[in-house]
Amino acid sequence: MNFEQIIPSMPYILQGIWVTLQIVLIAGLLGFAIGILLSFFKIGRVPFLRWFADGYTSIFRGTPLVLQLMIIYYASPQLFGVQIDAYTAAILSFALNSAAYISEIIRAGIQAVDKGQREAAMALGVPYNKMMKDVILPQGMKNILPALMNEFITLTKESAIVTVIGVTDIMRRAYIVGSDKFSFLEPLLFAGLIYYLMVLVLTFAGKWVEGRMRRSD
Amino acid sequence: MIKVEGLYKSFGKLEVLKDINAEINEGEVVVVIGPSGSGKSTFLRCLNLLEEPTSGKIVIGKDEVTSKKFNPQKLRSEVGMVFQHFHLFPHMTVLGNVTYAPLKVKGTTKAEADKLGKELLAKVGLSDKANEFPNRLSGGQKQRVAIARALAMEPNVMLFDEPTSALDPEMVKEVLDVMKSLAKTGMTMMIVTHEMGFAREVADRVIFMDEGMLVEQADPIEFFKAPSTERAQDFLQKVL
Ligand SMILES: Nc1ncnc2c1ncn2[C@@H]1O[C@H](COP(=O)(O)OP(=O)(O)OP(=O)(O)O)[C@@H](O)[C@H]1O
Ligand SMILES: [Mg+2]
Repeated sequence: MNFEQIIPSMPYILQGIWVTLQIVLIAGLLGFAIGILLSFFKIGRVPFLRWFADGYTSIFRGTPLVLQLMIIYYASPQLFGVQIDAYTAAILSFALNSAAYISEIIRAGIQAVDKGQREAAMALGVPYNKMMKDVILPQGMKNILPALMNEFITLTKESAIVTVIGVTDIMRRAYIVGSDKFSFLEPLLFAGLIYYLMVLVLTFAGKWVEGRMRRSD
Repeated sequence: MIKVEGLYKSFGKLEVLKDINAEINEGEVVVVIGPSGSGKSTFLRCLNLLEEPTSGKIVIGKDEVTSKKFNPQKLRSEVGMVFQHFHLFPHMTVLGNVTYAPLKVKGTTKAEADKLGKELLAKVGLSDKANEFPNRLSGGQKQRVAIARALAMEPNVMLFDEPTSALDPEMVKEVLDVMKSLAKTGMTMMIVTHEMGFAREVADRVIFMDEGMLVEQADPIEFFKAPSTERAQDFLQKVL
C-alpha cells in the first residue's frame, strides 16, 4: 500500500463530502416532509389515502434502492418527458425512498403515544388537527428520534450508490482517482474513512439531541 | 340537565349497555357504583361521546347530542372529564396543562387564560406547582391538576371515572376534598367510584349498575342502609 501517491488527489475526494452532504440533507428533509404526510394518511380516516400510503411504503421498501435510482434517472425521459440531471435524480429517488421508511417510523411513534393522551385532549373539546400538533406529535417525536437518526445514517452510507449514475460524490471521486493511478485500494479506503467519520459525527449529534430532549422531561 | 333514554352500547357482539334510562338534574351529584365490567365507564364515556352509543337518546342541556348533526367537540367543551390515570400532558407545565384548552379551543387570550389557570390551581391547592412538569407531582397532585384542567373549560357537567382508584391511600382524601368543594359550588357531577364513604356523604343519588343494566337508583342513605334489589345487596356485602 502506498498512500503517498493519492495525497495530491485527497482534496478532490474530500470535495465529494459536500456533494454527498447536499444529497443527503435535501433528500432527508424532503423525505421527512413526505414521510409526515404519508404517516398522517396511514393513521387517518380516509380509506383511499390509507391504501395509497400503505401501497407506497410497500413498493419502496420492497424493491432495491439502486433500481429506483436507475428508473428515475435513465427512464426520466419516459417518466417526465425530459432527461433530469443525475444530481436531481439522486435527490428525488433518495427522498421518495426514505419517505417510505420515515413514514413507518413516524406512524409507529404516533401510535406508541398513550391512548389516554388522545382521549384527554378529545374530552377537552380539542379539534383533531390541534390535538395532533400540540399533544400527540411532540410526544411521538421523542419516541422516534433514535430511529429517525438511524434512517439518516443509513441514507448517508447508501448515498454511495449514486455513483452508478455518475454523480461525483465521495465514492465516485475515489473510484476516478483509483483508475487514474491504477491503484484502487488506497483511494477506496480513504473514502471508507470519510464515510465512517461522517457516520460517527451523526451518531454523536443524535445522542446529543436525544440527551437534551430527555433533560426537558 | 342530562336525560338518557334507551341507551344501548355494543362492542362488536358484546352488549355492554342495555336500555339505560336516567335523568340528572342541574346541580345534582350522582354516584355510579357496580361490579367491574358492569359498564360504568362505558356509560360515562357515552355521555361525552368518547364512545358512540349504538342506539338511544342522550340530551344534555338543550342539545340532543346523539343526533347525527350534533358536533361532539362542542359537547366535549361543555362536559368536563377526569380519568382514573389523569392523562396530564407530560410535555406541558402544570399551568400549561390547565390553560391549553381555553387557549386552543375557546381562543381565550394568554393573559386571561393564565389568570383563570392560576385561580383554578389555587382552588385545588397547587399554586406553588404552576411551573412544574407533571412528572414532578404525586398522584394526588396530578389528579387535582386534571380536575383544574377540566374546570378551565368552564363546563356545565363534570364526569369522574374512578378518580381515586390509581392513588395511594394517603392521597385519596386530598382529591375527594377537592371534589366535595366542587359539589358545594353546585356543579352537576357524575362520579364512578368505589369510595362508598364518599358516596354516602356527597351523593344526592346513587346509581347501581350490573351487567350493563341500570339496576337501581336510590337516595344514598337508604341505598347503603338497605338496597332494594338483591344484586345490590350482594354487591354491597362484598365491598363494605
Ligand atoms: N373499547 C372496548 N372494546 C371492547 N370491549 C370493551 C371496550 N371497552 C369496554 N369493553 C368491555 O365492556 C364491558 C364494560 O366495560 P366498562 O369499562 O364500562 O366497565 P366498568 O364498569 O367501568 O368496569 P371497571 O370497574 O373495571 O372499570 C367490559 O366487559 C369490557 O371488557
Ligand atoms: Mg371503569
